[in-house]
Amino acid sequence: MVEENKKVVLKVFRTNYNKNESSHYDEFEVPVNRWTTVLDALLHVKSYSDTSVGIRYSCRMASCGSCGMKINGRPSLACYTKISELNKDVIVCEPLSNFPRIRDLVTDFSQFFDHHKKIEPFIHNDRVPLDIKDKDELVEFEQSPKEVDDYLQFSYCIKCGLCYSACPTVATDPSFPGPQALSQTYRYIADNRDNDKSTRFNILDERHGIWRCHFAGSCSAVCPKGVDPALGIQLLKGHMMGFSKNDKKVANLRAKNKE
Amino acid sequence: MGVNFNMASLRLRESQIMKIHYLTGIVSLFAVAIHILFRLIMPFGQSLLYQNVISNYHNIFYALLLESILVLISIHGFNGLRIILIELKQSSRWESTITILVLISMIGIIAYGTRTIVIASGL
Repeated sequence: MVEENKKVVLKVFRTNYNKNESSHYDEFEVPVNRWTTVLDALLHVKSYSDTSVGIRYSCRMASCGSCGMKINGRPSLACYTKISELNKDVIVCEPLSNFPRIRDLVTDFSQFFDHHKKIEPFIHNDRVPLDIKDKDELVEFEQSPKEVDDYLQFSYCIKCGLCYSACPTVATDPSFPGPQALSQTYRYIADNRDNDKSTRFNILDERHGIWRCHFAGSCSAVCPKGVDPALGIQLLKGHMMGFSKNDKKVANLRAKNKE
Repeated sequence: MGVNFNMASLRLRESQIMKIHYLTGIVSLFAVAIHILFRLIMPFGQSLLYQNVISNYHNIFYALLLESILVLISIHGFNGLRIILIELKQSSRWESTITILVLISMIGIIAYGTRTIVIASGL
């Protein structure tokens, strides 16, 4: 158990590519309690030691996925990592791997979100009218709890990029969509409100697509939300090869204003 | 009437290539296992003597087994090499060059290996 007011050394990666600064580590001594997270410690540094430390954060409760960074070499959310659980007196904070760096611990997520957008992460259903003029035309899907369970864990993804950072294939092949985009593809394939799997299959069935996943499994090991992207990818491969039977029954529609 | 030959129509989808890759991997595992088990029908060193090896080749079923191992492992291995190489660089020119070179190498190895099997089996 960590004693009250124990101090640890926070070693923070510093660089600014806009100013051509050479990268280095700055060390800060930070007081910590049992409940102090790495984000708390970094904010302490910003408040009392060096205001110029670049970090990105928002919700502080592992919901927004903004504060992803490498903590002692492992991709983690700073707000979800307690210093007491690391059992180390020196905490090393570095920007996420596989992302272009902007400044200090802040990385550029453009490529990551491009991969996510490419798989069309929304429900495709040609039976749903898109041009609705009257609220009586609104429809909703009938979905059983079992049908929700088929994709539920994959819908917990907060797009924090930790899996993308941990993926060894992304490290060598930036055209590879990465575990996040691939597991989200499975999330929509498994969702019985979606009735268009062929569009996404065509997007992923190419040289740098899903088949470049070598099942290292590091994506699942680092996910802070308990999603298992590696499982989603293997299930998706099974569907694409025709080994897994996709027997989902597309959800029925009913008028939204009717009971 | 001209023949409309389209190279693009010959190109396999990546999922079809991977299906062949996995299938050749699994089947070659069994074929190689049979090949190794054949070494156990007599003491290992003795099974590798020249006359024993040649007599193996003269058995048509064993020659066919060796030919299938050659084809299966060549397809599986060269596709594996293609996968490793296309991950290294991202350009369609590099990918096409690699695919063509790997295909030529694979066909060359299979042709040379088949020639050896045919000569040794005395067909």
